[in-house]
Order: sequence, then structure tokens, then C-alpha cells
Amino acid sequence: MTSEENQPSSRTLELTDDFVPGESNFIKVDDFKFYYGEKRVLHGITLEIPSRKVTAFIGPSGCGKSTLLRNFNRMNELIPGIRHEGDITIHGTSIFDPSVEIIALRRRIGMVFQKSNPFPMSIYENIVYPLRITGERNKALFDETVERCLRSAALWDEVKDRLHDSALGLSGGQMQRLCIARAVASRPEILLMDEPCSALDPIATAKVEELIMELKKDFTIVIVTHNMQQASRVSDLTAFFYLGNLIEMGDTRSIFTNPAKKQTEEYITGRFG
Amino acid sequence: MASPENFFSNAGRQTSPLRLLRNRVLTFLCVSLSLLTLVPLFSIVVLVVKNGLSLVSPSLFTQLPPAPGLEGGGFGNALVGTVVMVGISLLLAIPLGILSAIYINEYAPASRLSGAVRVVAKLLTGIPSIICGVFAFAVVVLPTHQFSSLAGGVALSILILPTILLTGEQALLGVPKAFREASFGVGATHFQTIWRIVLPQALPAMMTGIMLAVGRAAGETAPVIFTALFSQNWISSVMQPSASLSVLIYNFASLPYAYHVKMAWAASLVLVTLVTVTNVLTQIVFRKKYS
Repeated sequence: MTSEENQPSSRTLELTDDFVPGESNFIKVDDFKFYYGEKRVLHGITLEIPSRKVTAFIGPSGCGKSTLLRNFNRMNELIPGIRHEGDITIHGTSIFDPSVEIIALRRRIGMVFQKSNPFPMSIYENIVYPLRITGERNKALFDETVERCLRSAALWDEVKDRLHDSALGLSGGQMQRLCIARAVASRPEILLMDEPCSALDPIATAKVEELIMELKKDFTIVIVTHNMQQASRVSDLTAFFYLGNLIEMGDTRSIFTNPAKKQTEEYITGRFG
Repeated sequence: MASPENFFSNAGRQTSPLRLLRNRVLTFLCVSLSLLTLVPLFSIVVLVVKNGLSLVSPSLFTQLPPAPGLEGGGFGNALVGTVVMVGISLLLAIPLGILSAIYINEYAPASRLSGAVRVVAKLLTGIPSIICGVFAFAVVVLPTHQFSSLAGGVALSILILPTILLTGEQALLGVPKAFREASFGVGATHFQTIWRIVLPQALPAMMTGIMLAVGRAAGETAPVIFTALFSQNWISSVMQPSASLSVLIYNFASLPYAYHVKMAWAASLVLVTLVTVTNVLTQIVFRKKYS
């Protein structure tokens, strides 16, 4: 243990050499309550997400899984009239601490949205955007980042000859993989995926799932999904939410084969939701 | 299951002939009224071209207007005056209008200030143009003791500000939220998101609004007559009275000299062409790069 690790707040969230893969309790959610106006949608969630694993959030629509996910990078703060109680820490630092820069937080936590949202720019520009906004102008670094990210999103071979074409000319599945490439361009540690395959056909879905399995070597992944098969295929841990409560969380295999709670069992066997 | 014979009988009931008739009548009405709409537009263009084209020559753009009763000359000073005043009005109204639009749509859509700005802008669109002229007369002409193209520009800017603001807001609203989320999601600031992602997307629609404003400003007479007045000479400073195409048309069309009336037609043609050409050029320059 270096002295640095004893002072979590001074630790950067960037991928560093002293980062310990498999370190548990990477993201901690502590009695977290969340309100849209007067309406409380999360009723005190407590859970821990280990690093370099895939954690799936499942549950019926309106259960709060996306809301929780969007709190990890404070995307909910774009909505007026929200407030929270409780805390979320990453690497021991509260993400709500006044010293945390929201810009820096979001650079360290990539997000992939339900509907792919590439910018109306070239494929190349989409990926260098996270670099450009930091003031970076190094063309060699741009080129290197584009190749690295497109390779890690398994898209390089498909688009390497048309990097300067519009990103909007890609297929739905390619666009979503481009968004994943863009999300990893700022070298985040965490990837949040909000139903990333819900608009994709089965073949594109399979590709993205394959990619998720690959990406978990380097990233801590939290995925919200409506698709139970998907959760069981790609995730190591599964958390089941219902009406703003965390009902059960555990090893994916045990959640799916031997759930502790009746509600979980009813949901995964398709009796409701 | 319905048997094949009565499959199209609409559960035993025939479609009422009245319903079909009404459908045909309405379709006919829509088509014929659309055609009717074209008539005034088309006849204006035909009339302006027919009466104005014969006088169009290079000297029309380079020379000063003739004295009443004389012939020859041109209205170069009025053309320049119009361009200068429209330019001043855009210089004032675009920053105000677009920045306000950005504020009310991007920064505080639900704030009271935004609500007030929206209401005021909507009310301003309905204000008669002559009031803008009187206003600019009071706040610019009186204090400076001078009719001027600056005052004309101010009057026109008040006139076009609400158009630019409201079309600007619509343009920003038309940019999907997903782009903003994507940009915030990778750690962009609010300003970067607006500047690099939202504005480029909204620009073509914003330009349409600005071009509407240009067309309006270039053609307005009332605000200009109160503020810039008219001038027989070339514009030498924005603090001097200035000629403009619209006031020239107004002045010359009411003169009893056939040549001046013809010049008014030619000025109308030039005005219409000027606005159309700027419009088309802007559309080409600012069209979406990726779609």
C-alpha cells in the first residue's frame, strides 16, 4: 500500500499503474435516495460494484435502474428539480464532494446511451471530440486514439477506410459501437451502458455483447438492461430493482438460478414486468 | 370469419357516399386554394420584372438619383444605404437575439427571466414597424440631433430582434437532446456543448430565421423614413441621413415623372433580387455538412 492509497481524495481516477485489477468495492452506493421534484424514485439504495467486472441492473420499467446509473456520472443534473440524499463514492471519494469537478468525473466515466448518438461529424471527429474539448491538438495522438478506440470497439476493420465519412452513414450497430469507441476515448475507468442494445438487431446485439466481455478486462462496466438473457450472458453480478428499491444483488449465476427473493424469481421467470 | 363475398363490405355497411364526397371536396379545396396562393406571389414577381427590368443597367448601381424632372442616373446610394442599415440592424440583433435564444433554451428554459423574454419577444413581433421608427427617432435621432443610418439600423434591429430570437429558439429546440447528452457524457462543458455541437446543428435553421429578418428589414419603409430619412448623396458616415431602396421607392413612386416611377420599379426589382440572392447564398453556405 502506498501512502497515496490511504488518501483516497487525492487519488486520480485515471488508469494508473498502481490500479489493482479486481479491487472490490470500487463504486459504493450508500443509502442513496433520489427525488424528481417531490417524487422519490430511489428509496435508499445501498450496493457495491467491483472493478473490472460487468454489473447488470435489471428490473421492470420505472424501477429506478437507469436513474441510479445516471447518477454515477451525475447526468441527472441536467434535469431541473432533482435532489438526492445519501452518497455515492468512487475509489473512496464522494462524487458529490464540492471538490469533484463534474467535467473530470464524466471524463473518467464513459457513458453509452440507449439510442446511439454519434455527433453529426465524421467518424474520426466523433472519437477525437473528448480530446478536443480538453484543448488537445496533437494530430499524432488523435490518430493513435482513433485507432485504439475503434479497435477496442471492434469497429476498426469495418471503418478504417472511411474515417472521414459521416458517422451518420453507419448502420445502427456500427453507430452504437462508435459511441462505445467515443466513450473510451478519454480513457475512463468506468463504462455506464444504459440499455445499449435495445435498438439493435440480434446480430448487432451479439457483437456489442462480445465487445462488453472484451472491455471488462480494462473497464468496470455497469449495464442497465431489460433483456434478462443479456444480463445472464454478459454480467458477473446482477442487481434487481423494483419500484425504486434494490431487491437483491449478487453473483449473476446465483441470482438467475437460485434467487433469494420471491420477487426476483417472479421477474426473471417472466411472471411480471 | 367473414366470407370472401362480404370481405370489403365494411361489416355489412357501405361507406357512406357523403363521406367520400366530403373527402373529394376537401382535397379539391386544398389543391385549388394552394394554387390561388401562388397567384399574388407570382404576379408581384412578373409585375416587378416587367416594369423594372428595362431600366436595369450598370449605371443604375453606380450613379446618384436624378433631380426631379431629369432622366438618367441611378440609385447606388440607396442600395448602399439599405445594405449598411440592414448590416447595422443585423450587427445589433444577431448577438442579442441568438445569445438570448441560447439562454432561454440552453441555460434556463424554465426560469422566470426566460418566460418573460419569450412573452416580450412574441409581443414584439406584433408591434407595427412604424412604432419601431418612432422609438428609434426618440432614442437616437433626438439625442444626436441628426437623422442617420445608425438610427435606421437601430429601428430595423428592434423590428427583427424578435424574429431572430424566436426562430433561434426553435432552431435550438430542433437539436436532439441526445447530442447534448453525448457531449456532456464525455466531459464537455456547457459552453463547449453549445459551441461545438448544438450551434453547428442549429445554424441552418437559425440562418433561415436571419434571412427572414433580412428580407423584412430590407423592405421596411416606415422605420427608415423616421430615422434615416433620405439623401441625394452617397453615404459618408453612419451619423448622416441616408438613402435606402425602400424610401426611394416610396418617394419616387409618388412623383409625377414617368422616369422616376420607372426607377421605383427598378428599385423594387433590385430589392427583391437582393433579398432572394442573399437568401439562396446563405442556404448554400450554411447547409448541413453531415446529415
